[in-house]
Amino acid sequence: MQNRASPQRKHTISVMVDNRPGVLARVSGLFARRGFNINSLVVSATQDPEISRMTIVSMGDDAHLMQVVKQLNKLINVITIFDHTEDDLVERELALIKVRATVDNRSEIMQLASVFSASIASISPSEETMIVEATGDENKIDAFLATLVKFEVLEFVRTGKIALVRGAKST
Amino acid sequence: MTGGEALVEALKKEGVEVIFGISGGAALPIYDALAKPAAASIFNVLVRHEQAAAHMAEGYAKASGKVGVCLATSGPGATNLVTGIADAILDSVPIVAITGQVPTHAIGSDAFQESDIMGITMPIVKHSYQVRRADDLPRIVREAFYIAGTGRPGPVLIDIPRDIAQAEVKEFIYPEEISIRGYSLHLAADPADVEAAAELIARSSKPVLYVGGGVVNTEAHEELLALAEKIDAPVTSTLMGRGAFPDRHPLSLNMPGMHGTAYANWAIRDCDLLIAVGVRFDDRVTGNLSKFATNAKVIHVEVDPAEIHKNRHADVSILADAKDALRKLVDACAPAQHPDWRRQIAQWKEQEPLRYANNGKLKPQYIMEVLSELTDGDAILATDVGQHQMWASQYYPFKRPRQWLTSGGLGTMGFGFPAAMGAKVARPTEEVWLVTGDGSFQMNLQELATSVCFNIPVKIALFNNMSLGMVKQWQELFYDNRYSGIDLAKVPDYSALAQAYGCVGITVKTPGEVRPALEKAREIDDRTVLIDFQHDPAEHVYPMIPSGQSVQEMRLQPNE
Repeated sequence: MQNRASPQRKHTISVMVDNRPGVLARVSGLFARRGFNINSLVVSATQDPEISRMTIVSMGDDAHLMQVVKQLNKLINVITIFDHTEDDLVERELALIKVRATVDNRSEIMQLASVFSASIASISPSEETMIVEATGDENKIDAFLATLVKFEVLEFVRTGKIALVRGAKST
Repeated sequence: MTGGEALVEALKKEGVEVIFGISGGAALPIYDALAKPAAASIFNVLVRHEQAAAHMAEGYAKASGKVGVCLATSGPGATNLVTGIADAILDSVPIVAITGQVPTHAIGSDAFQESDIMGITMPIVKHSYQVRRADDLPRIVREAFYIAGTGRPGPVLIDIPRDIAQAEVKEFIYPEEISIRGYSLHLAADPADVEAAAELIARSSKPVLYVGGGVVNTEAHEELLALAEKIDAPVTSTLMGRGAFPDRHPLSLNMPGMHGTAYANWAIRDCDLLIAVGVRFDDRVTGNLSKFATNAKVIHVEVDPAEIHKNRHADVSILADAKDALRKLVDACAPAQHPDWRRQIAQWKEQEPLRYANNGKLKPQYIMEVLSELTDGDAILATDVGQHQMWASQYYPFKRPRQWLTSGGLGTMGFGFPAAMGAKVARPTEEVWLVTGDGSFQMNLQELATSVCFNIPVKIALFNNMSLGMVKQWQELFYDNRYSGIDLAKVPDYSALAQAYGCVGITVKTPGEVRPALEKAREIDDRTVLIDFQHDPAEHVYPMIPSGQSVQEMRLQPNE
C-alpha cells in the first residue's frame, strides 16, 4: 500500500541554484536532516554568473530520489533540478594519486597511466613519489586505482562527479 | 529614510497592523523607527518573552488569515523565537520573524549578543534573508510576505544587522511585481486529475473525506461542505483541520487518529476510498502506516508536491490549492447516495460515542460540554498541548475555519496563551477562550502582564490536574504506573496569580461551580479571566490508539 520499494541505486542530479552565500548550507543541511545520503557533491560556476550548478550523487530507491528532488525544490534558492536517471551522460571525475615510485617501477607506473590516459602531474625522485592525474567516469577511476594497489598508494584524492547530458538537451 | 524606517514603510505596504516583540541593542534602530509618527498605525505589543511574540504572531495569523509579525533583538532575543518558528513550519502558519543582528562588520566575531540565527533556523524556515544592503529591505519584505503567505504557508525570517537598520536608504522602491525564479506555486487543479478523482468517487460506495489544515488555510469550508453533501461522504477533520467541517453536521465524524473518535477510525478502516484534502498522513493520524485504511484507494489533494506519495501512495493526486480542487470536484462529481454506509456509520456513532464516566467528580469533558453549550460553538478556541487539547478538540462543536488555534505538529506547550492573545488582537470583538493545562500554562504565563498592559483580554479555562497529565497517562498505561517527572504539585494558586497581575481569578473544584464560573467569565469583557478548574486528575483521554499501532489496538473509554 505504501510506496513500493524499487532497487537501491546511485542517482545523479544537477541542481541549479542561486549563486549566493549560504545556499550550499541550505542544500547540504536538507540532506542531513531528511536522512538523505550524499555520495558526492560538486559545486561549480555556470555560464550565468548568478547561477551555480550542484552535481549531486545520492544512493537510494526511486521513492527516495523523488523525495530528494521534491524537498530540494522547496528551497527558494533552488531554481531547477535535472534528474539524470534516464539520461545519456558524459560523466567525469578527477583523481590525483600519489604512489611510491622507485627507479625500478617508475616506468611501469607510467605505462599503466598511459593505458588509462592518465598523466604524470609530478615526480619527486629524491622522495621516490609520483602524482598521477586521471580523469574518467567512476568505474574507470576505480579500475585505475585498483591497478595501482600493487604499488604503494600513499594517498589519493578524487573529486565528486560532474556530468552533462549528451546532445542538445540542456542540463 | 533609515533602513529601520524603510522596514516600517514596507510593513505598512504589506498591511501590517500589529507587531509582537521585544527590543534590545541590535533592534534599537528598528524600534526607533516604530516610535515615529509614520509607524502610528502599527500596534507595537511589548511581550514579556520572545517565544510568546512568535506564538502571538501565529495566533494572529491563524485567526485572521493574514501574515503575523514578530520582532526580536539579536542573540537571545532571536533564539527565543526559535520554538515559535519551528511551530509555524510544522503547522504551516504564515509568519514573518524579524531579528536584529550585530553590525555587519562584527558578524562572525562572537560579538555581544551575536548568534547565527540564519544558521540556527535554516532547517525550520520556509525561507530566510540576512539583509546586506539597506536598499534591499523593501524588496526583501515584499518577498518574505509573499513566500510566507502563499502556497503552503510558513515562517520567513529577516535578519537585519544594526548598521543596515541605521543606514540611509537612498530611494524607497517597493516592487509591484514579484519574481522569485526558485518559487513556483501549484494552485490550479489539473482538470485531468480532477476527472480521474471524480471517476474514483463515482465508483466508491464507502467514501471518507479526510481533511486538514489545507482546507482551513484556504477557507475552503463551503466547497468542502458542498462536495461532502453532493457525494454523500462522511468527513473527518484532523487536529489541524478542526473547523473545516461543522461538527454538528450529520456527515461529521469528528477527529481521526490517536485520540480521534472510534467511528472516525472505524470509517477509515472500512472505507473503500479515502479523499485526503490538505493533509499529510501524519503519524498521529495514521499510526502504523501499513495498517492504515488498507481497503481504500486514495485521492490526495495537496498544495505541497513533497507531501504527495511521501507517507502514503496516492492512486490519484491533485496538486492544487484545496479551494480550487474542491470547487472543481464539486462540479465534476455526480450526486451520490450511500445509505448502507451511512447506516453503518450511524450505528458506530450509537455504539461508541465520545463518552466519559460522569460519576460526581469534576470531569474535564464536562467543562468542555458546558463551555460548548454556553458559547454555542461560536468562540475562538486556543489550546496548549496535552490532555486538555484532546478534550477540547473532541468536545467542542466547531462551525468554521479559524476558530481553532492549536499546536499540532510540534506539540508546543506554551503555545496557547500567546496564540489566544494574538487571535484576540486579530478579532477583538470575538469571544476568545484559552483551554490550557497547568503544565502548559506555566510555560508562558508571564504574558498575563502583556494582556493587562495592552488590554488584550482573553478567557482562560485552566484544566488543572497538578501534573503533566498526558505523560502521566502514558506512564499509567505503558510504564506500569512508574511516575517519573510528572508531578507539578499544587503550585501556584492560579486564581491568586491571576489577581496579582490584575486579572480576574476564579477557582472551581466541583461540577456545580462550572456553569456559574463560565458564565461569570463570559460577562467580563475588559480583563483577562482565569478559571482554575481543579478536575479529577485520574481522567484519561479516550479513545486512544497507542503510538505506532493501528485501529485494531484502539483502546476505548473503560466502563465503570
